[in-house]
Amino acid sequence: MSRQFGEVILEVANISLSFGGVRALTDISFNVREHEIRAIIGPNGAGKSSMLNCINGVYQPQQGTIAFRGKTFRHMNSRQVAEMGVARTFQSLALFKGMSVIDNIMTGRNLKMKCNLFQQALHWGPSRREESEQRQFVEHIIDFLEIQPYRKTPVGKMPYGLQKRVDLGRALAMEPKVLLLDEPMAGMNVEEKQDMSRFILDVNDEFGTTIVLIEHDMSVVMDISDRVVVLDYGKKIGDGTPDEVRSNPDVISAYLGTTH
Amino acid sequence: MQTTFPRLMLQHAAERPQAPALREKEYGIWQTLTWGALALIVRELAAGFATAGVRRGQHVVVVGSNRPRLSACMLAAQALGAVPIPLYQDAVAAEFVFPINNAEVAFAVVEDQEQVDKLLELREQCPGLARIWYDDPRGLRNYSEAGLASLDALIKAGRDHERQHPGYFDAQVAEADPHDVAAMFFTSGTTGNPKGVVHTHFTLLDRANAGKAFDKLTEREDVLAYLPPAWIGQNIFSYAQWLACGYVVNCPESASTVTIDLKEIGPTYYFAPPRIFEGLLTTVMIRMEDAGRVKKWLFDHFMALARRVGPALMDGKPVSAFDGLHYRLGDLCIYGPLRNTLGFSRVRVAYTAGEAIGPDLFTFYRSIGINLKQLYGSTETAVFVCLQPDNEARADTVGVPIDGVEIKVADGGEILVKSPGLLKEYYKNAAATAEVLDASGWYHTGDAGFIDAGGHLKIIDRAKDVGRIVGGANDGAMFAPKYVENKLKFFPYVKEAVAFGDRREKVCAFVNIDMEAVGNWAEKRNLPYGGYTDLAQKPEVYELVRDCVEKVNADLAADQMLAGSQISRFLVLHKELDADDGELTRTRKVRRGFIAERYQVLVDALYGGKVSQYIETQVRFEDGRAGMVAADLKIVDAKTYPGMRRAA
Repeated sequence: MSRQFGEVILEVANISLSFGGVRALTDISFNVREHEIRAIIGPNGAGKSSMLNCINGVYQPQQGTIAFRGKTFRHMNSRQVAEMGVARTFQSLALFKGMSVIDNIMTGRNLKMKCNLFQQALHWGPSRREESEQRQFVEHIIDFLEIQPYRKTPVGKMPYGLQKRVDLGRALAMEPKVLLLDEPMAGMNVEEKQDMSRFILDVNDEFGTTIVLIEHDMSVVMDISDRVVVLDYGKKIGDGTPDEVRSNPDVISAYLGTTH
Repeated sequence: MQTTFPRLMLQHAAERPQAPALREKEYGIWQTLTWGALALIVRELAAGFATAGVRRGQHVVVVGSNRPRLSACMLAAQALGAVPIPLYQDAVAAEFVFPINNAEVAFAVVEDQEQVDKLLELREQCPGLARIWYDDPRGLRNYSEAGLASLDALIKAGRDHERQHPGYFDAQVAEADPHDVAAMFFTSGTTGNPKGVVHTHFTLLDRANAGKAFDKLTEREDVLAYLPPAWIGQNIFSYAQWLACGYVVNCPESASTVTIDLKEIGPTYYFAPPRIFEGLLTTVMIRMEDAGRVKKWLFDHFMALARRVGPALMDGKPVSAFDGLHYRLGDLCIYGPLRNTLGFSRVRVAYTAGEAIGPDLFTFYRSIGINLKQLYGSTETAVFVCLQPDNEARADTVGVPIDGVEIKVADGGEILVKSPGLLKEYYKNAAATAEVLDASGWYHTGDAGFIDAGGHLKIIDRAKDVGRIVGGANDGAMFAPKYVENKLKFFPYVKEAVAFGDRREKVCAFVNIDMEAVGNWAEKRNLPYGGYTDLAQKPEVYELVRDCVEKVNADLAADQMLAGSQISRFLVLHKELDADDGELTRTRKVRRGFIAERYQVLVDALYGGKVSQYIETQVRFEDGRAGMVAADLKIVDAKTYPGMRRAA
């Protein structure tokens, strides 16, 4: 199956980020094309999550620019990023534990709702109609992620692997153009990892969503990504297809160490 | 009664176009398909089939769970005079090869990507399979195999065809004869290749109507269709009787939501094999273990009352005024809410069949006011042979012969049946047909049993499996393996059992523990274990199983005919018997011969007097990969009891 990609949707140029004296990222550049699955890998502390947080608008890099669909930004907050169609999931789940699966995913529809707080609180007329429209969309996601038996279960009571799926569901509820996944497989068993890989591929395939993912598990990344960026100590040491990256000597030494 | 399935469907659509025919839960809401809408879809699908080249007498394979559009496809195929063949959706790809080639199948309708992948895998082995249509397009966007298309595309092609040939559908439906072949079911069979059981519109509808009359079923019933449609039981309840009665068939959202959906729908007519009832009871019991003290006391108190009074009330027998009032209170506090939790609040008639049901299990459901009954039948008899009348339900019989059925017990103890619902033949297998259908029209069931004093049929075992003990203390005694295995399986801790003893001097058995029940039991005792194999070999678990075995022996000792079938040695298997490994049939019946061959070393060790035996077994996972399980199995003795045979 040959895969086709569109134009560059996200361009990261010369990003540098430091916290006081610690340089988290140094002069990182790479791009993401439409419809591709792009992975960012690297050993612990390589700067993967910092990179994602820069794209996401959580951190403001001291240098460099991030361009989304050709428009360049230097300072952006998370809400602006979300409004542009970039959604994310979290490494340490940031779900509302006491709320049901439906309600959690519904929060992802927040930006799509037009009614104001007052109307929503009254739950009458247009806000009621709007909610049932949004619920329909949420149900599609529940169906897509195969979590129908848990619809009304409080998220905190669900197994970890399924919570991760709900987290993905909430991000999908935004109908994002670009989806940022922060270690989607962390802490999962083999079966859960396979399921999650399947869902990531399906999201990419069914909705045409561009996916940027950070991952620890090399085997998963190599199987599902189209192109991979490798970071080590805040520097980019490799970039290319999984095969290219796998045979890159710098990457091998960063992951496995070198003999001297 | 001279009609066909498509005609019945059109009749419902004409009389009650707005009445619901099928419901399917999708996107959290029960979506209704009316008879009128169904007729339209069937019309378009049939026209679509016609453009694709489906002709009278050809076979169309249908693979998937219960989905409205798959039922519509069966109707559409039948409308053209083609024959739908439902296949088990959980079967591995290789199991499809025989039916597809045997029936020269060129067309298949499947549910989703999983089934499409399986069929595509078989393209080389089944070159005749030209066209595959799928219901759910998810994940199939980038497939470009020749002959693969969605049902939507088929419907669209059908619409164009309808426009050009407006009278085509009705002419095709009118051309059919009730004695035409309506459907074919492949029996899983415990030995050899599966056999295609051929049924006509007449045989299926005759039995469907006999069942309808027996239980006074109406169009107001609600049925939940959640078992494989390839099983004739599900097919009768959610297809043949659906069209005969015109009631509503509800399709659950997915296999994992069945218990939720059951509760939401509250079926009035329900059918399940014993293992489903057992599973439901197990979940109730596990939840009760964790309940608070007051609730637990209430539950225990009222369940004791129910055991004493409930069955009598169900059978319409009088009970004392105090007991009656007490039971009413229990109904308010416990039975009613429990029925509701189980999804059985509205059940008017519930059936279990396929396997023997444990007396405790059977009584439990009847005692809380659920009209659970047993029936007897098979694929070859279009299910309905014997049914239990409402007031005469018992755990150890399977009911009385119903309208149209004649029963006779052959000299060897085999049950013979004559009924209008008997199969037409086994497809392309005259020899096998002649074996079961004799010249005077009797069908040889292969079951051994007898008719008891009350006119109820009682089944002991498969006739060919009933054997004799040879040598030893019980020389010449009758050995009925399934009877023994069932007695073991009635214990919640025992999932499966396999008994050996024919032409041997004593009876020995393999036991499979029930992971959920024994796991829970171990947890309560702070018994740590690492997985199935480890748990199975714990000395404590062996003691638990020994206890069950000895209770079975005590029970058997009291039986005049079967006292010699007591189990003297047993072992607990290191892996669960599985249909994917060929050890069980798809309907979960043990294939004793295959198991004896596969675990020859274990059988030898049992009879050779060894105390342990090392074994390595290959297992096949659901995705088709294979792995190895190895273990050193302990073999232990069980106490047997002197038989009552001579004393009596």
